[in-house]
Amino acid sequence: MEILIQQIVSGVATGAIYACMALAIVMIYQAIHHLNFAQGEMAMFSTFVAWQLLAWGVPYWLAFVLTVALSFAGGIVIERLVFRRLENAPVLSHVVVFIALFAIFNSLAGFIWNFEIKPFPSPFGSGALFGGLMSPHQAGMIVVTLLVLALLYVFFRFTRIGLAMRAAAANPESARLVGIRVGWMTALGWGMASAIGAVAGMMIAPVVFLEPNMMVSILLYGFAGAVLGGLTSPVGAVIGGLAVGIIENLAGTYIPVVGPELKLPVALFVIVAVLVVRPSGLLGRKIVQRV
Amino acid sequence: MKPLLSVRGLEASYGDLKVLRGLDFTIAEGGVTALLGANGAGKTTTLRALCGMIPRSGEVEFDGRPISRARTEDIVRLGIAHVPEGRGTFFNLTVEENLELGAMSRPARREVADDVARIYGYFPRLKERRRQQAGTLSGGEQQMLAIGRALMLRPRLMLLDEPSFGLAPLVVEEVFRILAHVRETMKVSMLLVEQNANFALSLADHAYLLETGEIAVAGSAEEIRNDESIRNAYLGY
Ligand SMILES: Nc1ncnc2c1ncn2[C@@H]1O[C@H](COP(=O)(O)OP(=O)(O)OP(=O)(O)O)[C@@H](O)[C@H]1O
Ligand SMILES: [Mg+2]
Repeated sequence: MEILIQQIVSGVATGAIYACMALAIVMIYQAIHHLNFAQGEMAMFSTFVAWQLLAWGVPYWLAFVLTVALSFAGGIVIERLVFRRLENAPVLSHVVVFIALFAIFNSLAGFIWNFEIKPFPSPFGSGALFGGLMSPHQAGMIVVTLLVLALLYVFFRFTRIGLAMRAAAANPESARLVGIRVGWMTALGWGMASAIGAVAGMMIAPVVFLEPNMMVSILLYGFAGAVLGGLTSPVGAVIGGLAVGIIENLAGTYIPVVGPELKLPVALFVIVAVLVVRPSGLLGRKIVQRV
Repeated sequence: MKPLLSVRGLEASYGDLKVLRGLDFTIAEGGVTALLGANGAGKTTTLRALCGMIPRSGEVEFDGRPISRARTEDIVRLGIAHVPEGRGTFFNLTVEENLELGAMSRPARREVADDVARIYGYFPRLKERRRQQAGTLSGGEQQMLAIGRALMLRPRLMLLDEPSFGLAPLVVEEVFRILAHVRETMKVSMLLVEQNANFALSLADHAYLLETGEIAVAGSAEEIRNDESIRNAYLGY
């Protein structure tokens, strides 16, 4: 029993990483209805920017805010420069550009900052919480993830621009007919996703260390979490991300043949199973519609 | 008096199929103009071309401003509200959010609440269902919602694509009463596309009959209503 609780708690801690990434993935999916393969690399690049600021002696939280702001602007620029022109292009064009962005950010980071593994500081200090089950950083990461989620909820639920973004994503043609600048709403979605990715990167880097390939497997888990949660719901993304972390941990402990090497396939298998039963994911929106 | 909207040589195509072949017409400020015609004549296409939802050519001036190259969002922001064919409901948002969206391009927040209350006055059914997902409304209720959403813009010109579509006869009367009231109190001009020529001509001052992308007949609503040969040839009653 005690082992079970331990495994769940530490699963939640890793799951918070995936939840953070899943949130960023859901943001872009809402705006352009595609999964952005370059999302992890964008987050990694943002984290390097933060690392550079810290190396220049900028205090942690100032570097944090600057990085989030720069990433927000960067996301908007990418949308305006590249994806705006692809709005009506076939899916494959998007995929190709995502892969290109992936490669560009990856090699650019390697070129500027080289491929050496770098430590990245945690703002939450070191030590142990809950009898050694969780580090302060893991606890801090969970709090930050929930904070981002709460901010998103308030933004989309209670602000006019949040409502405009939801309308533009759900029905672009009608959104234009009420005067919403749909293109800018999409750009804003990219900016927000990129900013959330930066937060995720800065939270993840102290755990996995900073290097250009740090996000590759995390992005897969993030996708899994986002899909499990239903792709349309930020709450679902967080729950999905946490669930993936827990499943991964439990499978590693309780299924004898599953060592650390098989954790990923098992987690993905469970997700496929869930999706077969509930194609819209755990919290995916079922639109009730009458015609 | 200078017309509110003037259209010269409006053309639009879907692929190789030319659907509008050079329309010329005007809409007077404060007036209701009916656009009638058989299925497939190009009425919906005309409205979509006017507010830039499809590629078009020709000259369109709204209140002296050329809008034939403007984008939909910008045209709407000039005060042209479109009640589209198919109603354009935001299915997964609530009824009230749908209405608030209609005022999205207007700055003042407080007036928005007043306007929502006014729309609920016109359509009490919407008030009862204000927190409900708009996709769960019946077809007729969605039509009311679409009209309400357009009014939330406080438009100067409304483009109405078959507002009576899917409504029970009593509700159609009600909707036309509301449109007449809106026209009086809010000084809204209207371009009204209708299958229900009787209702349309009773509200309109002026009418155009569209036949395969060309204007076949133009005249005052009264002339057209009273001209038996036109009625027989184009309106089928
Ligand atoms: N998206 C489209 N692609 C290709 N052709 C289209 C499209 N929309 C309309 N058309 C064609 O354009 C012509 C005019 O259509 P439109 O919808 O403007 O007619 P309408 O007068 O509104 O008819 P109704 O009274 O049935 O609504 C029709 O022949 C139709 O087949
Ligand atoms: Mg039509």
